[in-house]
Amino acid sequence: MAYDIATIWAFIIAFAVFVYVVMDGFDLGLGILFPLFRAKRDRDVIMNSVAPVWDGNETWLVLGGGGLFAAFPLAYAVLMPALYTPIIAMLLGLAFRGVAFEFRWRTQRERNRWDVAFFLGSLVATLAQGVALGALLQGVHVEGRAYAGGWWDWLTPFSLLTGVALVIGYALLGANWLVMKTTGELRDTAYQLSRWLLLALLVAIVAVSAATPFLSYDYSQRWFAWPNVLATAQVPLAVAIVTALLLRALAQRRDYQPFLLTLCLFALSYAGLGISLWPYVVPRSITIWQAAAPENSQLFMLVGVAILVPIILTYTAWAYWVFRGKVDPESGYH
Amino acid sequence: MFESLDPVVLARLQFAFTVSFHIIFPAFSIGLASYLAVLEALWLWTKREVFINLFNYWMKIFAIAFGMGVVSGIVMSYQFGTNWAVFSDKTGPVLGPLMAYEVLTAFFLEAGFLGVMLFGLKLVGPRLHFLATLMVAIGTLTSAFWILSANSWMQTPTGYAVNDVGQFIAVDWFKLIFNPSFPYRLTHMVLAAYLTTALVVGSVGAYHLLSNTRQPGARMMFSMAMWMIAVVAPIQIFAGDAHGLNTLEHQPAKVMAMEGHYQSHPDGAPLILFGLPDQDAAVVRYALQIPKLSSLILKHSLDAPLAGLDTVPRENWPPVPITFWSFRVMVALGFLMLGLGVFSLWLRWRGQLFESRPLHRFALAMGPAGFIAVLAGWVTTETGRQPFTVFGLLRTVDSVSPLAAPAVATSLIAFILVYFAIFIAGVVYILRLMAHPPHPGEEGPRGDTPERAAGITPAPAIATRRFS
Repeated sequence: MAYDIATIWAFIIAFAVFVYVVMDGFDLGLGILFPLFRAKRDRDVIMNSVAPVWDGNETWLVLGGGGLFAAFPLAYAVLMPALYTPIIAMLLGLAFRGVAFEFRWRTQRERNRWDVAFFLGSLVATLAQGVALGALLQGVHVEGRAYAGGWWDWLTPFSLLTGVALVIGYALLGANWLVMKTTGELRDTAYQLSRWLLLALLVAIVAVSAATPFLSYDYSQRWFAWPNVLATAQVPLAVAIVTALLLRALAQRRDYQPFLLTLCLFALSYAGLGISLWPYVVPRSITIWQAAAPENSQLFMLVGVAILVPIILTYTAWAYWVFRGKVDPESGYH
Repeated sequence: MFESLDPVVLARLQFAFTVSFHIIFPAFSIGLASYLAVLEALWLWTKREVFINLFNYWMKIFAIAFGMGVVSGIVMSYQFGTNWAVFSDKTGPVLGPLMAYEVLTAFFLEAGFLGVMLFGLKLVGPRLHFLATLMVAIGTLTSAFWILSANSWMQTPTGYAVNDVGQFIAVDWFKLIFNPSFPYRLTHMVLAAYLTTALVVGSVGAYHLLSNTRQPGARMMFSMAMWMIAVVAPIQIFAGDAHGLNTLEHQPAKVMAMEGHYQSHPDGAPLILFGLPDQDAAVVRYALQIPKLSSLILKHSLDAPLAGLDTVPRENWPPVPITFWSFRVMVALGFLMLGLGVFSLWLRWRGQLFESRPLHRFALAMGPAGFIAVLAGWVTTETGRQPFTVFGLLRTVDSVSPLAAPAVATSLIAFILVYFAIFIAGVVYILRLMAHPPHPGEEGPRGDTPERAAGITPAPAIATRRFS
């Protein structure tokens, strides 16, 4: 019984983190693309396309972190010191970016400064998240119930690679969000950006996928051993199909398809990560069952999640519905 | 260069800095969210334009304060793990669920409806919009419920057991959540948030009344704020006293530190008004004291014996000077607030509420008093709990992450630099908004920017069409 709850919680946290990645992913992506749009009007439209929802997007990060603390306290206690520097960098980046949403409307003279803060904050936060992911995959040094490595262990070529890959991925999400939410020249630019970013992302996915199995024996076993490979080979195959569909959707200048297909790409990459990691929460050191909080804690929260998450998804969907459609720069000046 | 520093001290400094910075914003946004809901309700009910103008005016300020609260709050949710890993491992099973419920019941509610509240009036209409405002206000209060439950459990832990790997585990969730100090702490904090907001609103109203006593928005906000202070300040003093008695019962050493009682007083303890506590010598120097009054306040009897820190092992003493002084700052400000409330009632009765310059100057000066009192209160309760993170059970020195001092020192400096840059800018923008009085047809947060969707009428037009 205890095993089942730990597994359920692993999926809940994985779900929260995935929702965070795709939702804050596109608005962080907008920040990363910000310098490519120089006109004030374009930047205003970009900001307005996410201003009503970014705060809700970011709350999933708190649920991911808080959920880990609550359901797998040992993993939280080991991973946070291990990923200390990237996490602090992410928090500081998010701080700059978050206040920029309000501050840039409150000043004429310093608007440029907050635009830069929005860009750099988004870039640093994304890079830090990618680096943290890479550092997690390559494993952390654990002794007893604590992190036992140094405060620079996270920094390796592999973690930098995953950092850059995530920057490209979020930028692609952001570009396709703009395809969906804007019109005119802004949208044309987004189409072009999307095509280039997609190619860059493919290179990054291949590089990360090629490097991951060589991080440890477990990963290559997991991916290449017979008959596992029959199942795992479906992941790269699906990536190829989705990429082809995405290229076609971009060529046909579809509104919604590019964004939704990018979400599929993220889901596939995420599934790949899950295949590599399962059932560890700290790779090769701590499994989800070892890290699990006592059953009554996990059960107590499970009740809340079962009741509240559907409600949250409902009103979140409603908020997106209220602000649906294209952000039109022309109709509003009065 | 940081090798000689103690990572525990650095981690404590970092926590104190980030949490002090953070607490200012919830204290303000809890009260302001409720104020906005009241303003919008009054607008829907009376159809008077002054209320929607005030609503839009304060909503812009709320948006900035809320944004700063969110970004500093995200830091808090990760700080437990980064700097206090052992604490996280041990308390995760009991505190984690409380915080997870805070996220599920409060943060999502606030964030989900905030967008509609800020930008959606023209899209959803006044009634649904009021629902969004109400949800944001309820979210802020729910957040206070959970976070104060978690904090109170660290002060007065009940309903738990300890398992074989040293983790606290829940035995009785109801006892754990509604632990002995929780009702007092929650009441005290929510009242503090309302007072803080009332002081800010009253101060802005007073500022504009000083230049123009006929300004309708300024009159309305000043009058509302003065009612709030007059009613809440005395209740708060009463609640604070009850909280103090509860603390005496469960955390006597904290009260001894607040009162500066290093020595026991077998036949009636004096109230030390001022003095310089000397922790090493265990005496309060230059003490100005009123005989027997401390016993009267704490035990409701002049001659009741009162134990001092000499009954507590020295290694369990809180740092008396900080607790002693922060407590006095909070209490002094509390009585000043009471004074402002009484003064305003007297002038209101005499019909001079909007004309009295001394009252307006007093109210203006009291603008930041709530923030200072809230900070001082938190310093009192948190340093009074030392040297423990979970009172009596888990020591602060045993709670920290296995981190090198340079890592913590670097991040501390980074937090200080980033937070000050953000804080100064935010305060400047808020003050700039406050410098103008609310005017007729006050616009929402994006007054100068493109709007979406053709054919939707601006809010004032909706208001006049629906209600005229």
